[in-house]
Amino acid sequence: MSEPDPQNMPASAYDMSHAEERDERRTLAIMVDNEPGVLARVVGLFAARGYNIESLTVAEVDETRHRSRITIVTSGTPHTLEQIEAQLLRLIPVGKVTDITNSKRGVERELALFKVSGSGEKRVEALRIAEIFRARVIDTTNASFIFELTGASDKIDQFRELMRPLGLVELSRTGVLSIKRGAEKG
Amino acid sequence: MTGVIEKEEKAEAMTGADIVIRALKEQGVDTIFGYPGGAVLPIYDAIYQSGAGDIRHILVRHEQGAGHAAEGYARSTGKCGVALVTSGPGATNMVTPIADAMMDSIPMVVLTGQVPSHLIGTDAFQECDTVGITRCCAKHNYLVLDTDDLARTIHEAFYVATSGRPGPVVIDIPKDIQFAKGLYQTRQSVHLPTYRPQTEPNLTKIEAAVRLMKAAKRPVFYTGGGVINSGDAASTALRKLQALTGFPVTSTLMGLGAFPATHKDWLGMLGMHGSYEANNAMHDCDLMICVGARFDDRVTGRIDAFSPGSKKIHIDIDPSSINKTVRVDLPIIADCAKALNALIETWQKDNSAPPSLVAWQQEIALWRGRKCFTYQEDKQLIKPQYAIERLYELTKSRNTYITTEVGQHQMWAAQHYHFDEPNRWMTSGGLGTMGYGLPAAIGVQVAHPDALVIDIAGEASVQMVMQEMSTAVQHDLPIKIFILNNEWMGMVRQWQQLLHGERYSHSYSDALPDFVKLAEAYGGMGLLCNHPGDLDAQIEAMIAYNGPVIFDCRVTKDENCLPMIPSGAAHNQMILGEIVGDEIDEKGKALV
Repeated sequence: MSEPDPQNMPASAYDMSHAEERDERRTLAIMVDNEPGVLARVVGLFAARGYNIESLTVAEVDETRHRSRITIVTSGTPHTLEQIEAQLLRLIPVGKVTDITNSKRGVERELALFKVSGSGEKRVEALRIAEIFRARVIDTTNASFIFELTGASDKIDQFRELMRPLGLVELSRTGVLSIKRGAEKG
Repeated sequence: MTGVIEKEEKAEAMTGADIVIRALKEQGVDTIFGYPGGAVLPIYDAIYQSGAGDIRHILVRHEQGAGHAAEGYARSTGKCGVALVTSGPGATNMVTPIADAMMDSIPMVVLTGQVPSHLIGTDAFQECDTVGITRCCAKHNYLVLDTDDLARTIHEAFYVATSGRPGPVVIDIPKDIQFAKGLYQTRQSVHLPTYRPQTEPNLTKIEAAVRLMKAAKRPVFYTGGGVINSGDAASTALRKLQALTGFPVTSTLMGLGAFPATHKDWLGMLGMHGSYEANNAMHDCDLMICVGARFDDRVTGRIDAFSPGSKKIHIDIDPSSINKTVRVDLPIIADCAKALNALIETWQKDNSAPPSLVAWQQEIALWRGRKCFTYQEDKQLIKPQYAIERLYELTKSRNTYITTEVGQHQMWAAQHYHFDEPNRWMTSGGLGTMGYGLPAAIGVQVAHPDALVIDIAGEASVQMVMQEMSTAVQHDLPIKIFILNNEWMGMVRQWQQLLHGERYSHSYSDALPDFVKLAEAYGGMGLLCNHPGDLDAQIEAMIAYNGPVIFDCRVTKDENCLPMIPSGAAHNQMILGEIVGDEIDEKGKALV
């Protein structure tokens, strides 16, 4: 949370710039105690206060201390985003909330599985594009492929658009995972 | 910190039910408000066999009563309230008090029974998902699935409920866990690495605050329930800081009593039904020092016209309160008492003289001169405001505690009853729960057996919890239920007059009981008063009676609660006189 510098304050809080009031997309890493119901607390908070969830992933990352990492992609005005962080920290099992937005100081990756069915030219073309995207074939039949693709969300979106005319049947994606750049812990 | 398992417990494990009683004793609990049922029978058995000799159990008539009684107990003592109810309907009946305690930051631990753990999820008899239902309206909750975890969970619950911004914590205990044997752990076992409330103020911020305070020409303290929650030290510090600075003080509904209402710099309550002087001071101030309040919509009125020219300092223990609705210039996250004491120390170290407040005080005196709480007197009929005034005059020199229900009578009580000490005023502010006051009075009376405890009630609200009169009689709790009976859901009627063209849809309390007979039927005393000339004598009779009293005070039926900031209006647009009907614009009508 950024707080205003008291030395350099406008005459009133209403004089503060509201040009910032456009929606921004943020990726939050939420470290929680892996206790029963903790995900429901986090998701319930977003639902109850009308915050957006664009994607959500969760898994235990520290088995000895039973800590899970929840990655949520959300959007809102800077004011809303500040409230989301503060409200999350009010939850007893939430230890830390870090903003790891891709453009700023983090890397984001997503994993997706694509089922593409087809024959002849389309099948060859699908395989060729998959090679360009460095997607792996993890299952194949005479009439279908399953591709595994890892990358930033927009790369997965692009691949989906290219596969659509080539027989895209089904898509499953993990949602965004993120981690902070550099040597320090996030 | 690791769990400390006491040596004697290694030899002999205790049942879960015994662990509950022992943990409550270790937490210093002397009173439980509760209602038994299938899923808490083992705990009730432990109370019976007792073990629980020094814990008093107050049997209520409806679980909601247990919750509000625990709140009243907590609010009047500063300690944690405790309620014990069964699974299913016992737990769902507790939801209102839990939500109420959450909104008003009241420390409370609620123990609920649950069906045996192997039946959870099978739609068993009296099963409900208690942790699911209470997750969003409690500060925290637990489902205990191992008897060895039970004691630590209870200790954690008390810690969470009473520390930081206080609130309700629910512990759901399946019946088999209550029967099973487990090891007891002391309160040293509490281990909550992710929960670290910030209580110490940042000194740089304190210094910045004092610089703003030393420069202010039109300052005002806006204080709230956080000052009460922070304990006597906070009220003492507030008075001391006010004495040093000479700044005028207003307070929210929840904060009444932290600053003495008889003080010359007291502005009265602010907000929708607050005083003209308080709201105008808020609107026109150049520095607002908000201490333990949260800019509730009932306080701010129209947000974009709220105190437009002021710098705002906000002291709050809950970081999520900062900038939630109103942007502030200088947030200080800390316990109120600690922040106020730090301000006192820094103010005293700084030798510079602050500007004179005389002009500001004169302006305030002009607003005060409007005497906004004046009402048309009546020689034949009792005006509700007059009833509260007389009640105040006849009880102010006694050891008195006031609770209220919700509605017009609540606002009149806040306007016309004056509090000089904290913890004397128990009301449902955030959730606005009709039916809070009677059970809360029971909780207060249990904690203060020799005090005069009065529930200022409306005839509509009190009927939501009327059955708790029986609780008062059973436990020899001489509470006084002072009903301002105008035969209407007064605040609903007022809003229908203001907003809905005087179409009084279902707001008339038809078929009212004879409250005097009702009191007698319960084994208490009933008093009826319908003439101003009889009021003093009847109030004296009420006070003199050593037992529960229902006082049916028949007041004028169509009195409106004024002054009022209509919804969607600013602080300086109060209705002072009579309601005409065009005060609220279309946008305001959509607000609550």
